Amino acid sequence: MASEPQGGLTEYIQHHLTHDVITLGGGGFHLDSWIVAAALGLVFVLWFGLYARRATSGVPGKGQAFVEIVLEFVDGQVKDVFHGNRSFIAPLALTIFMWVFFMNTMDLIPLDLIGSAVKGVAGEQVAHNTHFRLVPTADVNTTFAMSISVFFLIIFYSIKAKGGWGFTKELFTAPFHAHGIVAKTLLAPFNFFLNLVEYLSKPVSLAMRLFGNMYAGELVFMLISGLMMSWATFVPGVLVNAGWAIFHILIIGLQAFIFMVLTVVYLAMAHEHH
Amino acid sequence: MDITYQSLLGQALSFAILIWFTAKYIWPPLTKAIEQRQLKIAEGLSAAERAHAELRDADSKVAAEIKAARQQSSEIIDRAQQQANQILDKARADAIAEINRLKAAAQDDIASMAQRAREELRQRVGELAVQGASKIVQREIDPSAHKALLDQLAAEI
Repeated sequence: MASEPQGGLTEYIQHHLTHDVITLGGGGFHLDSWIVAAALGLVFVLWFGLYARRATSGVPGKGQAFVEIVLEFVDGQVKDVFHGNRSFIAPLALTIFMWVFFMNTMDLIPLDLIGSAVKGVAGEQVAHNTHFRLVPTADVNTTFAMSISVFFLIIFYSIKAKGGWGFTKELFTAPFHAHGIVAKTLLAPFNFFLNLVEYLSKPVSLAMRLFGNMYAGELVFMLISGLMMSWATFVPGVLVNAGWAIFHILIIGLQAFIFMVLTVVYLAMAHEHH
Repeated sequence: MDITYQSLLGQALSFAILIWFTAKYIWPPLTKAIEQRQLKIAEGLSAAERAHAELRDADSKVAAEIKAARQQSSEIIDRAQQQANQILDKARADAIAEINRLKAAAQDDIASMAQRAREELRQRVGELAVQGASKIVQREIDPSAHKALLDQLAAEI
């Protein structure tokens, strides 16, 4: 990498944007996203589970108070949007919020930390061939996996709320209502098409929003790192990097929050009848 | 210097700035919120404890009050009973005195009436004796001439 100063940044960025892919069942599998996401999910479960297990009804410790604050915040958000039994939706929202937040937070970890560690331990050649992207939410596969799960939940809750026949009927009779069999038949394809777009746009927008934000954030970090590669722009690079990281604190929380709230909104909509 | 290490150095420096920023501007509000929550819960718990103690106090006070009231009422009843007895006794004594007085008066009346009747009888007897005697002797007897004798007769009756 260092041998080509001109193509350095391009190669640097390309290298950083390459996933650690293994072949699994004939397709590529992004091992890095999977490992980090699973580990962070585990961290969330262990952290919150531990405090839930040790929770007292008396004056909480600092850790428990924090968990309670997060819980109350998420539950309040869900309560505002979703009117009904929250016993599944609220934990789902909490899991989404904390998990996405954790995964987004990986963006703040210095970009070259892992690569340099690998290089330090195993040498340049291994580092050159090792790809590891630390931010699972900057991987479109992760965000789509989550949003498609949400999509299935939307379908499940729609059918649960309206029944299989009601759900199917609504696909063809809403949003344009008509009276008489002829008008209904005429409008059915349009209704179906609109509903199809509406249903499919939900997971796509959910996934692309998160992915786009985190991917762009990561890319900006890489570009700023390019500034640091020459000593002339090293100091501004450091300052801009710090500024972008500070700004990113806002983005990682906001994106996690948006993903959570939209999920709850979609599920609330699934309960409603047209 | 290797560009990866160089950029790592820069990233480490900016990471240090980020940590400083977090410690200075993000951590304090978080810990403050946590401490406020702890404080609120502690206050709520102690308030509940206080209310509990106050309730216990009030309960015992109420019990004492009820006991005192009960005692007072029984005292009042006792006194009322005593008073009633006194009134009854007095009324009985008054009645007895009245009866005695009425009896005495009646006896006096009876005595005086008997006396008067006796006097009358005496007089009548005197008159009858005079009439009888005058019929017997067929002439007028002067009552005043025989007054001494008649009085003696009346006194004997």
